[in-house]
Amino acid sequence: MRTINVKEIKKAVSDLCIKANTDLRPDVFSAIKKAAGLETDKRAKKIWGVLIENAAIAKRDRLAICQDTGIACVYLEIGRDVKLTGASLERAVNDGVKLGYRRGYFRASIVDPLTRKNTGNNAPAVIKTKIVNGDKVRLTVIPKGFGCENKNQIKMFKPTAGLKDVKKFIIDAVRQAGPDACPPYVVGVGIGGTFEKAAELSKEALLKTVSGVRCKVLSPECRLEKELLKEINKLKIGPAGIGGKTTALAVNICSHPTHIAGLPVAVSIGCHAMRSATAVI
Amino acid sequence: MRKIYLPLSKETIEDLRIGDEVLLTGTIYTARDQAHKRFFELLKKNKKLPVDLKAQTIYYCGPTAARPGNAIGSCGPTTSSRMDAFTPALLKTGLKGMIGKGSRSKEVISAIKKYKAVYFLAVGGAGAYLSKKVKRARVAVFKDLGPEAVYELSVKDFPVIVGIDSTGRSIY
Ligand code: SF4
Repeated sequence: MRTINVKEIKKAVSDLCIKANTDLRPDVFSAIKKAAGLETDKRAKKIWGVLIENAAIAKRDRLAICQDTGIACVYLEIGRDVKLTGASLERAVNDGVKLGYRRGYFRASIVDPLTRKNTGNNAPAVIKTKIVNGDKVRLTVIPKGFGCENKNQIKMFKPTAGLKDVKKFIIDAVRQAGPDACPPYVVGVGIGGTFEKAAELSKEALLKTVSGVRCKVLSPECRLEKELLKEINKLKIGPAGIGGKTTALAVNICSHPTHIAGLPVAVSIGCHAMRSATAVI
Repeated sequence: MRKIYLPLSKETIEDLRIGDEVLLTGTIYTARDQAHKRFFELLKKNKKLPVDLKAQTIYYCGPTAARPGNAIGSCGPTTSSRMDAFTPALLKTGLKGMIGKGSRSKEVISAIKKYKAVYFLAVGGAGAYLSKKVKRARVAVFKDLGPEAVYELSVKDFPVIVGIDSTGRSIY
């Protein structure tokens, strides 16, 4: 058994909130640079330039990449040989979010859903925990902006639905996001499981890399990702939504076996400021 | 790139066409969902707005807090369509400019045409970059709304693109 005081978790969450919000994910940054290089439209080229400069300014001046510093989604993978001591885990995570958002001068965007009263500190986070093997704790913070979160979709397909129907649904989700949710997008797709599993998978898909070699073997998932990316880029929504070669930086799919009677499919739209940061304790 | 000084004049507005890239200098007011809702409710009750929006420009934005020494934090645009239900009423009172991101409803487009106004696009998700164009910021009204309060911003060469012009044409 390895003992970890939750104070360490609080500190790590706080640091990750700051890192994720100010230091654009390297894979997202290089995908943006690559897309900028491929662009031929003059105005779109300029917008790519703004996005690149924005990321550089944010990093240099420790400013939020985007003013929507999001709802903090915190994923914890806790090794089964870890013994957590101190206050409750949930409290430690939320205290970490409060601290990080205060230290980072980030926006407090969390309100009571019924009264719309702001909690004032961006807590509570959306927390997901998983017990895994080993004696480490792996933490990931995703500050999820709502411009793109509002564009997510889920559908319970019939089991006889073809891949064609699924593809159409995913492409339509991107088309409906249109210029509103800060394209170019990272499209996360969850296929299978149950209603909530598909939604979760679509979020996890946003954490997979968006540049470089993304899948070594050409699995069915991988093939579908490639086909979808090609189709989505034909939409020509482009950076800032005013046209261009790249509408999505990547399409990432996560799947899980499902029931004979159905086929849940969820789409999570990530904006070009697709932020996340991970640490291991 | 063309420079424009705010408030917008009738001639400037009529001269602008979709796709024009312009730099705005002068005063703009931030307002997002809750501030719009409050404005709308006041107008419904025939009450005066706490800020005179006549000939003014609204920026759909809720900035992050300013670091010490900075005028403002990150301050990019939020999705404009969420303001659509409230916009025609504001245009009727004399609002002339809006800055945001994304598409607008048919009703908003026809109100823009009717009242001869203009809708600008700022690059979404470029809040750190845009913060450098804001020279001063102060809360104008609705301080209780926190980041959703109405801020009066002094901007210099704030880069935008004409998204919907006064003839009712849209870039999308
Ligand atoms: S969609 Fe993303 S980049 Fe755009 S405003 Fe929201 S968080 Fe920022």
